[in-house]
Amino acid sequence: MVNITAAKPFYSVLILAFVCSALVAGAAVGLRPRQEANRQLDRQKNILYAAGLYQENTPVQELFANIETRIVDLESGKFVTDEAIKPDSYNQRRAAFTEQFGRDIPKESDVARIGRQEKYSLVYLVNTDGKLSQIILPVRGKGLWSTLYAYVALDADLTTIRGVSFYEHGETPGLGGEVENRRWQDGWEGKQLYKDDTLALKVIKGSADSTSPEAPYQIDGLSGATLTSIGVSGLLEFWFGDHGFKPFLAQLKNKDNANG
Amino acid sequence: MAETKTELLTLSIFKRNPIALLILGICSALAVTGQMATALVMSVCVTVVVAFSSLTISIVRFQIPNSVRIGIQITVIATLVILVDQILKAYVFELSKQLSIYVGLIITNCIVMGRAEGFAMSNPPVASFLDGIGNGLGYSVILLTVSFIRELFGSGSLFGYEVMELTTNGGWYVRNGFLVLPASAFFIIAMIIWAIRSIDTAQQEKE
Repeated sequence: MVNITAAKPFYSVLILAFVCSALVAGAAVGLRPRQEANRQLDRQKNILYAAGLYQENTPVQELFANIETRIVDLESGKFVTDEAIKPDSYNQRRAAFTEQFGRDIPKESDVARIGRQEKYSLVYLVNTDGKLSQIILPVRGKGLWSTLYAYVALDADLTTIRGVSFYEHGETPGLGGEVENRRWQDGWEGKQLYKDDTLALKVIKGSADSTSPEAPYQIDGLSGATLTSIGVSGLLEFWFGDHGFKPFLAQLKNKDNANG
Repeated sequence: MAETKTELLTLSIFKRNPIALLILGICSALAVTGQMATALVMSVCVTVVVAFSSLTISIVRFQIPNSVRIGIQITVIATLVILVDQILKAYVFELSKQLSIYVGLIITNCIVMGRAEGFAMSNPPVASFLDGIGNGLGYSVILLTVSFIRELFGSGSLFGYEVMELTTNGGWYVRNGFLVLPASAFFIIAMIIWAIRSIDTAQQEKE
């Protein structure tokens, strides 16, 4: 056995801690650019998917070139100039937890159960033939175990959903994890967010009856995942309500009227 | 050492499987066996971590003071796990997204600690390394068997490829919802243990 002096354990642990922390820090710093690139690519892929523009064999960067990235002040709903906050370097997820860019959500209106929210959000605009054709908005909210992250693509009429893509979650695979199921996501297409200017879209229990007049405002529930379904309804209610993108959508609508 | 190198590698697969005989590492066996792809990546990660943690600890085993040995083992294991996690995130992003927190949980996998404390502390580096790989393989065999059953009957697919078309996708196969849930792995593992111990009666515990 080792010759024990009182200081020996102390030195061993100290040396080990130094070596290990150097290794971990080295790997974290060395691999970060690659990881960031992966994350970025994954986000872009999901934005394209939500907008229905994703093609298997075309490089993501090329497809993404048609999409304009802007930053919106959520409270006023107005665009922020690229000089004030650069869209490329704006880290929206971190922003919510900073003093400058984030704010606490009042408990009674926190239907998505996310606690804090950023003041500015990235939005993605798709222009076809010089006219706005789609808007892709990032949303998130608590499911059963985890925060669900998604992109929702809206038509230029600002109420019809063109597509959705849930890209990050920690729900039970096969149950709540079915939010990732592209077939279920395809069911979102054509649904209506607002009915007479109030948010009406939600996830129901069971599947929506396509003959009922309510059908455009109903999304099929996920079987065996009631709480995840409620979470999805909650995040819709939050992000398309007054604390979310409603002011922004209202601004866009006004601008349209002014032009038309 | 009484055992040859091949024995070190192969004995842990059936004769003294870490899951079936020692009942170690059950927690992660429940969590990642819903799909074969995640189970496979998890198996590879655990095998790599066990092998290298055993190797490292065996190399420095004469320098480890007895009083702080568990802490040192854990630090070595944790470092390796973080490295594996970082590499996965950089090179196989899609899979690392699915495994998410489970890779981090390799640290708490009892097999890794068990081999470090039980074998590597008292054996030379090469033997420890092989023992680590052997135990990793034993773990992998069980994980892949469980995930094969769970994915085939729970999701109707293997490695994500559809084998039996599910009713939710417009097919004929009504999925077994129970197999989708992690708890079902308990029952499958129990049946595997039963089978192994019926074939190899030496593994049965004396009354």
